[in-house]
Amino acid sequence: MTDAAEGGIAIRTEDLRKTYKSSRGDVPAVRGINLSVSSGQFFGLLGPNGAGKSTTIGMLTTLVLPTGGQAWVAGRNVVTDPVGVKRRIGVVTQNNTLDMQLTVAENLEFRSRFFGLSLREASRRATQLLEVFGLADRRKAMSTDLSGGQAKRLLIARALVHRPDVLFLDEPTAGLDPQTRANLWDILRVLHGEGQTILLTTHYMEEAEALCEQVAVVDHGEVLASGTVNELKHSTGAETVITVRYEEAVPVGTTEKTGLAGRPGVSKVETDGDYIRIFTREPEGMLGELVAVGAAAGLTVRDATQLKPSLETVFLTLTGREYRE
Amino acid sequence: MTATQAPPAALDHPGVPSASDVAALIAEAPEPRPTLIRTFNAMMAREFRVLRRNAIATFTRAVMQPLLFVFVFAYVFPKIGGGFNLGGGAAAPRAAGSINFATILVPGLMASMLLMQGIMAVTFPLVMEFSWQRTIEDRALAPVPIRVLAIQKIVAGAVQSFIGAVIVFPIVLLVHASGQAPHVHVTNWVLFALILVFASLLTSSLGLLLGTLMDPRKMQMLFAVILLPATMLGCVYYPWSALHHIRWLQIAVLVNPMVYMSEGLRAVLTPSLGHMPMWGVLLALVGGTVVFSYLGTRTFTKRVLN
Repeated sequence: MTDAAEGGIAIRTEDLRKTYKSSRGDVPAVRGINLSVSSGQFFGLLGPNGAGKSTTIGMLTTLVLPTGGQAWVAGRNVVTDPVGVKRRIGVVTQNNTLDMQLTVAENLEFRSRFFGLSLREASRRATQLLEVFGLADRRKAMSTDLSGGQAKRLLIARALVHRPDVLFLDEPTAGLDPQTRANLWDILRVLHGEGQTILLTTHYMEEAEALCEQVAVVDHGEVLASGTVNELKHSTGAETVITVRYEEAVPVGTTEKTGLAGRPGVSKVETDGDYIRIFTREPEGMLGELVAVGAAAGLTVRDATQLKPSLETVFLTLTGREYRE
Repeated sequence: MTATQAPPAALDHPGVPSASDVAALIAEAPEPRPTLIRTFNAMMAREFRVLRRNAIATFTRAVMQPLLFVFVFAYVFPKIGGGFNLGGGAAAPRAAGSINFATILVPGLMASMLLMQGIMAVTFPLVMEFSWQRTIEDRALAPVPIRVLAIQKIVAGAVQSFIGAVIVFPIVLLVHASGQAPHVHVTNWVLFALILVFASLLTSSLGLLLGTLMDPRKMQMLFAVILLPATMLGCVYYPWSALHHIRWLQIAVLVNPMVYMSEGLRAVLTPSLGHMPMWGVLLALVGGTVVFSYLGTRTFTKRVLN
């Protein structure tokens, strides 16, 4: 494959792998990921911390060397043509990687000049970006003096100086307050509306649900499922997940006696330690039944949750365990 | 494929661009034309901007140590009657007559300054850039191979090291007690410039290697294990030939690159003092630059690319 972008594919990976060597042996971070992101698409990599999202984005942006498989971004191979890839991407890193020695405007000017723009062009581009991103009044401030939200806006502006084919955002809203997060979501929606291809990693379910057209759920370095949010909900059952926890351990055989698993709409019943969990398409009255089941077995209810079909229930269904942030 | 949510036509949050703003931003984006030379030059321009911003701190850092040294050894000590002299005989077999200490100090302090500035200009910023925030990624994403970024760091560090040595030169010449003026004259300007250039490159490439190898939590070790021994045993305060009475030490210090910087500068600035042959000095400086640059570039690339 020489040009993956020819077929409107912005990002493609084949069995992409990364294993870190450590004194305690090999640590696999990514175990053979296959992705295909179309040009103009807003794609989300969703998974808990430590799932392998940042390592994947690191390999796609050439800053992490894969130990297996292949990847192409904007038609360029990330290993054999990293400079070609870097020319065509913009990256908003998880950490604040602004140049702390420079002012807000200088961060944009020098990034423009790294991409071959003249001094005058770089200055004009910086002014334009600062006005659009509402940072014009901070242009002479040192980048260390920006608030978290302002720094994120500047990171996004910096990633756009050279009109990248693909914009990568690694956990862009992690640690931001809700207002700033909503503000950044709006920026990303507008960018995507203008045709920008975006790959975003997040561990916020609602972020992926609100922004992404396509989502890949990642855990332990593997893609568990991918598709649109609706496809994921349907492919994994689109079920409501009801969990009741008791003060005491649930006696073995409790759920079998009640025949819960055979109820219409119920696809799975789990019992582990002090809880019973039911995956069902017909949740009506089920919570009350679980409370009654516990009471019949002499158990006292500690708490109960009912999750409507969402990415969170998709994750629960795929992994069989609760989402860890 | 269509978007899951239509972009809002206009948003009233501060800092949120409208769709038309973004459309203009994309439409009016200048065509990027990166080349290796342009990107390298832009990175160098960035270094000079930072250097200019920190000029006072850099100047103070460069001047204080040599200024205090020459003040104490070439002014205070002669005034209070404790001046050092390296008379001929055993201590300096090839020195002609009595040599005052200021004469010995001029090339030594310049060499010391080259080492300090070279390492401080490269190692300390690198340690910060490789810390948990990994701000190095800012420039690692520039459209050039990572080794070019490493070479740029060496060149930028060498420029700062060179400037540091040039700043020190008049200070060590001018600060002294009456009758204690150093006997200095440049015998060969081309050779002088060559030694300064290669010594600057050597120290900054060493700085790159150290910056990529050292654990940031143990940076204080840099002074105790590298800078202090390199300076004290780098023929800064005595010529290498004067060590011939301690033959094992005279041989042992040959692993110290500082020795070649001090002796090279001694050969072109104070030739009346005994010094190493120039071919040996140049060989060590050029060879050291090549070896440290190769190793530093390798370790830098490994650190940047996980």
